[in-house]
Amino acid sequence: MPSLIDLMLQGHEVQHHSPWPRSAVDAAVWNVAGSGLAQGRWSLLGLWGEPATVHMAIIDAQTAEIAVISLDCPERHYPSIGKHHPPALRLERAIHDLFGLVAEGSPDPRPWLDHNRWGTRFPLADRIDSLSNGLPYRFLPAEGDGLHQIAVGPVHAGIIEPGHFRFTASGETVVRLEQRLGYTHKGIEGLMAGADLDRAVQLAARVSGDSTVAYAFAFSRAVEAALEIAVPDRAVWLRALLAELERLAHHLGDIGAICNDASFTLMHALCSVLREDVLRASNTAFGHRLMRDVIVPGGVTRDLDNNGTKAIRAALDNIRRRFPALVELYDNTASLQDRTVDTGMLKPALAKQYAAGGYIGRASGRSFDARRTLAYPPYDSLSFDVPVLSEGDVNARVWIRVREVEQSLSLIDQILDRLPEGPLRANAGQLREPREGMAIVEGFRGDVLVWLRLRNGRIERCHLRDPSWFQWPLLEAVIEGNIVADFPLCNKSFNCSYSGHDL
Amino acid sequence: MRKLLFESLFRRPFTEQAPSPDDAAATELAIAVGLAARRRLGRSLSIREIDAGSCNGCELEIHALNNAYYDVERFGLRFVASPRHADVLMVTGPVTKNMRDALERTYHATPNPKWVVAVGDCARDGGCFAGSYAVAGGVSQVVPVDLHIPGCPPPPINILQGLLALLDQTAKSVAPT
Repeated sequence: MPSLIDLMLQGHEVQHHSPWPRSAVDAAVWNVAGSGLAQGRWSLLGLWGEPATVHMAIIDAQTAEIAVISLDCPERHYPSIGKHHPPALRLERAIHDLFGLVAEGSPDPRPWLDHNRWGTRFPLADRIDSLSNGLPYRFLPAEGDGLHQIAVGPVHAGIIEPGHFRFTASGETVVRLEQRLGYTHKGIEGLMAGADLDRAVQLAARVSGDSTVAYAFAFSRAVEAALEIAVPDRAVWLRALLAELERLAHHLGDIGAICNDASFTLMHALCSVLREDVLRASNTAFGHRLMRDVIVPGGVTRDLDNNGTKAIRAALDNIRRRFPALVELYDNTASLQDRTVDTGMLKPALAKQYAAGGYIGRASGRSFDARRTLAYPPYDSLSFDVPVLSEGDVNARVWIRVREVEQSLSLIDQILDRLPEGPLRANAGQLREPREGMAIVEGFRGDVLVWLRLRNGRIERCHLRDPSWFQWPLLEAVIEGNIVADFPLCNKSFNCSYSGHDL
Repeated sequence: MRKLLFESLFRRPFTEQAPSPDDAAATELAIAVGLAARRRLGRSLSIREIDAGSCNGCELEIHALNNAYYDVERFGLRFVASPRHADVLMVTGPVTKNMRDALERTYHATPNPKWVVAVGDCARDGGCFAGSYAVAGGVSQVVPVDLHIPGCPPPPINILQGLLALLDQTAKSVAPT
């Protein structure tokens, strides 16, 4: 088996792709990459299409080397990766729905994002008008004595995003869960094509509302990589401040929400207050509670003034004062622990196979954190720990988030103490020839990947990959053998994005 | 736990009453919502939230209405789990073609009298997603809308303000849909 670099050398390196190399390969090399993924030597970071090309981003977990390989497929088919490496399956189904490219040999050719409602097929390639064929979606069969099905969604009972869950249960025990997603598919990658940078970053910031900072951050970094823009120091540091505030708010909210799904509402009420404090401080500091549209290619649009700093520090002090008592409450409430410990176990081997990012991976022994593994600035000069556990249950995922709250508090302190002075934005120039850029940024949920090609100051193709693509399938595995009533608890402990996934 | 519960007996509640400008607005609004809602529906208004394709930003802010600062339940505003229990459908997002059917069915599952509040810029006309092959448009393209609350996303205080506007509007109409 060659190393990732050897693999790249077997193809033709594509010019102007930053910061990692991209290589155009033939089907044989494509298959070698597939078997490298299947053997666990490399991890899949992303798999996306163009009208007659498929691209695959791979990381070598040992060396943190990253590479993109591309396979031209003028005949509109390519060898399936999912056949050997299941994490690619849904991505291949999505590529087929959007571009009409067929993954040859795929064990699951069913549609994924296309629910037969668009009035068109293959919308990002040669669009074909089509009427609904009226065929129902085929769920995978689960057969046996006394099994029954429970259908949930797309409209759920809570204030959450839409998706469909099909449970097959034996009494109270879940035998199989199958997800059907795609309900919030808005065609963002279609809208991106041809957009100028102002519009494109606005769209990127609306891929997943809870990760609006992470997406704008990743998109902007990809543009900056493509156009070789040096971002001013102050903007680099402010971006990390925004990212940590976003992480802090969602971790605090979700720790409470997980407890709420175990009917322990006191934690929920008290955590929600801390979360609201962070949102209000963010609003004071950056003029928007979710800090939307602050990060743009070249830098940031708003500066932090004294009032903002004061508001953030006050929120931090408050969390430091109140949060430890809540952690103690979580740890010492036996009835709550009874629900979270040993529930929804994700085995480390599965987390590794799927390259599960965020707290889901880190609660199951996978230490990847883009801030550490890829050390993009300013995280290369900040000190923080990446907490990792291997138990893989709901409890472990809660603890990872508790520890990450503490790390974010410390990071925000460091940033506020060391925030450099200077300009906020560099000019994003224009280049006539095509330039390609890629970026991976650690959002609160995991690593967000953005790949794009620019031409004449406009987006030619932009792909945005949410961490949820590699987390949703694991939820199906995790719930097996648990009782139906524990599903909300497991689901909340994953908190995957629907909109980020459906795009 | 006992310590925390004991503490809450003595600590001032988080729920906001203090009359700094924003808070005063919240309190005023809250009282007005309470009075109008009582006239129309006894003393409560049940809301069923539907994400018809939103980015989840609006959901986060609607969620925040339930936290101790806003505590909307004190006014009888309540989020319910089924459209069968709802007076108001609060709909977010550009309506995606994949969600259109589910939104229509949820609307028809809600008993009369009912009102629809479209929350967020996307819910008005599709926002920045308008024109996509996968988007049907604003909420009013699919079900009749009684009120739009703008914002991307609107902060919780604006959503509360919007509910007040809805109640005024419906009080004027003779035969609500």
